[in-house]
Order: sequence, then structure tokens, then C-alpha cells
Amino acid sequence: MARSHLLATIRRFFEQRGVIEVQTPVLMPFTVTEPMIDSIEVPGYGWLQVSPEYPMKRLLAAGAGAIYQLGPVFRDGERGRWHNPEFTLLEWYRPGFDDVALMNEVAALVNDVLGYSTYDYRRYHTLVPSRLEGDDADLAYAEACAALSGRVFVTHFPKAQASLAQLHPDGQGAARFELIVDGVEIANGYFENGDVSELKNRFEADNQRRRALGKKESALDDAFLAAMHAGLPVVSGVALGVDRLFMLKHGITHMDQALTFRV
Amino acid sequence: MAVYSTNEFKSGLKVMLEGDPCSILENEFVKPGKGQAFNRVKFRNLKTGRVWERTIKSGDQLPGADVVEAEMEYLYHDGEFYNFMKTDGSFEQVAASEDLVRDAKDWLKEQDKFQVTLWNDQPISVTAPNFVELEITDCEPGIKGDTATGATKPATLATGATVRVPLFVNQGDVIRIDTRTREYMSRVK
Repeated sequence: MARSHLLATIRRFFEQRGVIEVQTPVLMPFTVTEPMIDSIEVPGYGWLQVSPEYPMKRLLAAGAGAIYQLGPVFRDGERGRWHNPEFTLLEWYRPGFDDVALMNEVAALVNDVLGYSTYDYRRYHTLVPSRLEGDDADLAYAEACAALSGRVFVTHFPKAQASLAQLHPDGQGAARFELIVDGVEIANGYFENGDVSELKNRFEADNQRRRALGKKESALDDAFLAAMHAGLPVVSGVALGVDRLFMLKHGITHMDQALTFRV
Repeated sequence: MAVYSTNEFKSGLKVMLEGDPCSILENEFVKPGKGQAFNRVKFRNLKTGRVWERTIKSGDQLPGADVVEAEMEYLYHDGEFYNFMKTDGSFEQVAASEDLVRDAKDWLKEQDKFQVTLWNDQPISVTAPNFVELEITDCEPGIKGDTATGATKPATLATGATVRVPLFVNQGDVIRIDTRTREYMSRVK
């Protein structure tokens, strides 16, 4: 009941704003290059999606306009209080929005679900000293986030963690943000980067990192790159963890209690 | 000895950390969405009893610790060591130094059974049972009938330890004590 109510709140939110719901395949022939995200392989078919980002961006390149998707995603080996190998992700894209406009919309949705609150904005380097890199930076970031109370947008991620976000023209890092609510990461968003050669460079750097970690490289998704080549509109997009939002709404302290059945 | 990866960590698992045998108390998975995964782990150092918190990269390993809990009977103090014997029929004996029995020393009565933690067959801690029964060797005479006032007086036990007892209790009485709180529970005879 409570979960159904949350899903209905989310769908109503987007309906009122003219954002349409889409469904893309959960089972994909390609997966992401992200070095720290492991996909679940389905022999003979490909991978279970870690997020619907690539197919949704193909829709955007085809002129779909404002779209959202609510569905299951899969990440191998992630299990804990705030993690489960299968979880429900809400991902949406807003053509014409920059990262600031999208943060405002994320805040409006979270206010609808959790009740009204104000939001703080913190630059990444106010949480993690700029001399830290790699795993040390990730650890410092995880610890700093866990200590944050209230609702905080972390902005201006370093270039090395730009992922698929544009870089700020003033050299102050990437137009990527995360929303942390009471110490828990709820959402990750980008002012999207559609520059094909830049994306290829980042994917190849990712794969180099994967090799160094002894992980399998991920083949580049041709259909995705072709779509980026055709042209991604000016757009911002964000992915939000629905189970975590559900946990925060109902004061649930372990993911197992937020899921209908345990995987 | 086996090696354990962070995804096998669970409460109660005994591992070696920085040269000391430890028991895992809590293990929390921590991962920024796009970043390296970690496990924030709380350990109890079984030698010192201290709680250590460490953050370990997910997938890293720690060697297991050969730690067993054995029920052992206290035999005697030989001037330097406290000697215990296994109750499993093996009659195996171990000698524990003064600092290992520190917390249990007040309750050490010959033939009573204690929990001894063994690391590589060597004792590293001795824990008293939650309740012990000991004879009072010295206290002021009892006041008959005073069972209600809640007043107490000091009493010395057969082990040399001092506890507070109700006024009606007498020298020569055997009493039951909660070793965790040092509180008098009841008279046994």
C-alpha cells in the first residue's frame, strides 16, 4: 500500500509537469564502462541494465522530449543496509534544463514525498580535500556524506568524476550533482554531455581503469554513440533511488524491510 | 587458516587484524554510487576487549583467527599462573597469567567453570559466569528480621573480593552474586 502510494505520487508529479513515462529494455546487449559498477551478465543475451541511461538518451536524441522511467536496475555485489543487487530507479530527463533547474525539480519531488524542507548546496571540495584522489577521495566522500544532516545537494564534482556530465566553463569541475538526505545518497544528476569524442575518451579511460582493476572491459555501445553523434539536445538528467526514498519516508533502517521479497 | 573476503564478514567471525585476534561485531556496506565500495567494520579486539572501527575496501581479505571459546574448570593458582582444565574430557590444561584473569579474579573459586578464550591454543581471556555462588568469610553479624530496609553492609568472600550484602546475611552463608554488576542476588544456604 505504502509503496503503491509512493509510486502514484511520483507518476502524478510527472503527469502534472508534462513529462511522459517510457519503458526501455531491462536486458541490454551492452553495459556501462563505469569502473566501479559491476553488471550482472545474462549469458547469450548481454547484461541486466545498471540504469536506463543509454536507451533513454537514444530516445532524447530521437526527439522524445521530457521523459521519465520507473523500473528495476541491477548491480552485482551491492548488498547492505542501503543496497540491494536489484533496486528501483527513477530516472528522468529535461530538455532545456541545466543542472540548477533540474536540482530545483528534484527538490520539488522530494518535498512532495518527504514533506517540505530547505536544501543546502555544498561543493564537492568543501567535503573532500582536493589533494585526495581515487579510492582515498571516494572514502573521504562516503564518510563526509554520512555525516551530513538534512537535505544537501553536492555540486561541482572534480573533472575525474565528471562521468557523463558537462564541465563547468569556468573550470570549477563538472556540472554533476548528488542529493544527500540525512547522510544517504538519494540521487545523481548531470547537465548532460553529448560530445561524442569527449564521451569516447571517458569510456576508454574507464576501460583502462577496468583493465588495471582486473575487470572485464565493456564494449562501447555503438547505437548509443551513433545517437550522440546524431545529436543529444541540451538536457539534464537525474537518477533517483526509489527504495531509499521509501526507507527515509517510513523510517526504515534496512533495505531488506523496504523490499517485497529479498533477492 | 582460511582467508575471509569482506563479503563473508559477519558478526561473530574471528579474524586477524593488525596482528591481534578480533571478533567482528558489525559490518556495513558503504558505496558512493559511482565510487569504490567499502565495508565499515567494527571489531572487538579479543586480547584487549577494545572496539576497533576500520574501513576496508570491499573485496579485500583478512586471515581467519584460530580462536575458540572453551568451558574450563579453575584448578589452582601456582604463585604466578592461574591454571584451568578443559571440561570436555581431554583434561587439557592451560596457564593464564594475572592480567588475563583480571576481570574474573574476584570470582575464581576452585572447581568452578569459566569461559576461556583460546587463540592458537593459548588463553587470551577468562570470563566469569554471569552468576557465582561464594561463601562469606567475613562480615558483621546479621540483624535478624531486617529483610525490608534495603540497607547493606560490606562482606568479604572466600575469594577475597568484597561485595555489599543485606544486613540479615551472616558470615558462613553462601550467596549468589551477579558478576556483571557485583550485586547480591540471594542467599543459597
